[in-house]
Amino acid sequence: MGAAGAALERLRDRILAARDSRAALEIRGGGTKNFYGNVPRGEPLDVRELAGISSYEPTELVVTVLAGTPLVELESVLAERGQCLPFEPPHFGAVGTVGGMVAAGLAGPARASVGPLRDFVLGVTMLNGMGERLTFGGQVMKNVAGYDVSRLMAGSMGILGVICEVSLKVMPILPAYRTLCVEMDEAAALKQLNRWAGEGFPMSASAWHRGRLHLRLAGARAAVGRALTGAGGHELEPQAAAAWWSDVRDQRQEFFSLSDAQLERGECSWRLAVPDSAPPISLPGEQFIEWGGGQRWWRSAAPASQIRSAAERAGGHATLVRAADKRPGAFAALKPGSMIIHKRLKQSFDPAGIFNPGRLYPEL
Amino acid sequence: MLARGPLIFPYDRAMNEASRPALSNAPAARAARQALVVSALAKILPASCILYRGEETVPYECDALTAYRQLPLVVVIPESEAQVAAVLAACHALNVPVVARGAGTGLSGGALPHAMGVSLSLAKFHSIVNVDPVARTAVVQCGVRNLAISEAAAPYGLYYAPDPSSQIACTIGGNVAENSGGVHCLKYGLTLHNVLRVRGFTAQGEAVEFGSEAPDTAGLDLLPLVVGSEGMLAVIMEVTVKLLPRPVLARCIMASFGTVESAGAAVAAVIADGIIPAGLELMDKRMTAAAEDYVHAGYDLDAAAILLCESDGTPEEVEEEIRRAIDVLNANGATRIAISRDEQQRLQFWSGRKNAFPASGRMSPDYMCMDSTIPRKRLAEMLRIIGEMEGKYALRCVNVFHAGDGNLHPLILFDANDPDEMRRCELFGAEILETSIALGGTVTGEHGVGVEKLNSMCVQFSGAERAQMMAVKSAFDPAGLLNPGKVIPSLQRCAEYGKMHVHRGVLKFPDLPRF
Repeated sequence: MGAAGAALERLRDRILAARDSRAALEIRGGGTKNFYGNVPRGEPLDVRELAGISSYEPTELVVTVLAGTPLVELESVLAERGQCLPFEPPHFGAVGTVGGMVAAGLAGPARASVGPLRDFVLGVTMLNGMGERLTFGGQVMKNVAGYDVSRLMAGSMGILGVICEVSLKVMPILPAYRTLCVEMDEAAALKQLNRWAGEGFPMSASAWHRGRLHLRLAGARAAVGRALTGAGGHELEPQAAAAWWSDVRDQRQEFFSLSDAQLERGECSWRLAVPDSAPPISLPGEQFIEWGGGQRWWRSAAPASQIRSAAERAGGHATLVRAADKRPGAFAALKPGSMIIHKRLKQSFDPAGIFNPGRLYPEL
Repeated sequence: MLARGPLIFPYDRAMNEASRPALSNAPAARAARQALVVSALAKILPASCILYRGEETVPYECDALTAYRQLPLVVVIPESEAQVAAVLAACHALNVPVVARGAGTGLSGGALPHAMGVSLSLAKFHSIVNVDPVARTAVVQCGVRNLAISEAAAPYGLYYAPDPSSQIACTIGGNVAENSGGVHCLKYGLTLHNVLRVRGFTAQGEAVEFGSEAPDTAGLDLLPLVVGSEGMLAVIMEVTVKLLPRPVLARCIMASFGTVESAGAAVAAVIADGIIPAGLELMDKRMTAAAEDYVHAGYDLDAAAILLCESDGTPEEVEEEIRRAIDVLNANGATRIAISRDEQQRLQFWSGRKNAFPASGRMSPDYMCMDSTIPRKRLAEMLRIIGEMEGKYALRCVNVFHAGDGNLHPLILFDANDPDEMRRCELFGAEILETSIALGGTVTGEHGVGVEKLNSMCVQFSGAERAQMMAVKSAFDPAGLLNPGKVIPSLQRCAEYGKMHVHRGVLKFPDLPRF
């Protein structure tokens, strides 16, 4: 454990002090996702001292990594062995950490074909609000010993504890990746994406914007080659395609860039998560559709209530991702029954309420 | 899991009562309590849906872990969701434990009744609500059988991927409770990875929903807590599952190895080559012989171990993957390789593996099926250690593994009529589980903790970790009435188990490094 052990002790001391004085702590890695969720508050608690890959066995498809390790560093170590984090987590810059990745729970373009980040969390070591070091899950694929608390940490926005170390399932980089661009209107694209998903079409990512559908096919060479010939459109050069998808992943595409002036005028970036078979959603503003129709980004100045009710009607929810004013709440309101469970869970992990207060909901 | 036999493990019934010492289960007190509960339930349910007299409750006294038996106070078999909610509310008001149950195929005693509780049979909720071929989802009631989902989806070329061995009988509600696996987990995941949303009731009978048909929900992701919670957090009434396109083709490679070590190394090499087979199973020599004797699958009886490696997908994908896999297996010392030429032969290759348990049943009066997971690379080492334990406990053990994900099912052969064999079997099993932890694994890969593995939970988790899990339960069920006494052992129980281990010297790893 060594250096990590000492760093862990220091974190524990800070937690106990904060607990005793009921002082808020803002758990921090690289700070690349400060924009996400409600506005952070509290004394920064930097976890980047906890850095390094604890174990990596490519034949086990498992990597165990300290939470402060930069995500790009982890990904390059995996790539050397032909493996990857298949859910394609956003980077938002080079300094983002693995702990932040898990806490935010965000996934990139491949999400629709491989599943969410939480599916790849195998185990977590964390410090709770009493400074207790707790390990849940483990380093194996199949594990049903006790409640799956490790996966609860995925997307928890740090409100339950400090993630110290995570074990993640990794997968091989597939033999072939090819990207197509097809002209198609929104309704036709959504229908076609649903149809392909039901046919075993080797679709690894999709993005529709302004009448153009980008499709990434991945898998065995022969299967991808055959699918490509049936899909129409034109193919992108491999390097251009890779750059295009990482720009989607990190929201560097022009659609996602909101200038300060635009933000001041009340334009916001919204993420609507809906069933991928939901029909087209009509709102003021512009749209960018991913995940086979399951993730619909809107750039819009419409009131939060209008956007949230549209998402709800479609069977999903809307997150206010970038905005000058987050008073409507970054995340959609919970039903009362669910909020009660949330409050009790928060209370059980963090009785003094010190971790990232308000980052997920004002009540937590 | 026990094949048969009245084996009694040291599961103290008092444990069940730990959370409510005020209740006595002395016969007179129990009868009075029963009358009170029955009269409350009679206001909710027709008389035909309430069982409590004499022999009526006997069919409910255990699940597939028959070593543990307990008659419930009352069994209810509601017919509507409104009745379920009302039963829960009534039991909550009376402080009566409720144990939900599906088909009773669980292997760890998760549905074992509570002596002072109500067993809630969900058998009547067996409708498929909706199959949506466009969204590739099915909405089903909790009592729908696992295989029935795939059958309903088949006309659309879709299926539900998780396939626990009991899939003909087990229900989706039970699968959600146990986070059930199967032989295709490495590629297709467990129940959690194939369930989108569950809807049900809290212990108080209030409607609650976790997950969504959308890719995620606002707030904490509670679905992974509820899936695999063994009926302790909520009662699940309806499940939305993900359906996948049925692969056009599946082919299976059967490879023989001269040593278990080389078979284990071949498993690692297949994965290292970037191949994720649809199934990757290993059987040792004794298991192979038993299976061959039972089904005549054409297994290589000279091999020290046999690997079944299956590939599925489009014909192009299968061809490419099979070719790569054969190269890797040959390079790693396979002594014989056969590839299924058609569907009939593929099923023949699998027939022995799928009949491993009944085949073992023919070798011995009883067997105990263990379930743990270890890192793949420790498979050969684990087999060697189990071999040594056979000598130590003077009992035979045959081995089948879900090698792709490191999930072991050693079957310990014994005679339950011989008390000393029973005792040795129990110690043998405990040592396998504790060795699994020491090798970096877990005490249950897919069968759940239930009551069977409560002691092992004391070894795998620290007191603080178990307390945090208990607090998670309380967040959902503050009164502690849903399936109490399962999964998380009490501090007292662990203290007693700890003393026993010092005394007997069985537990070798009381203080594992955990970081």
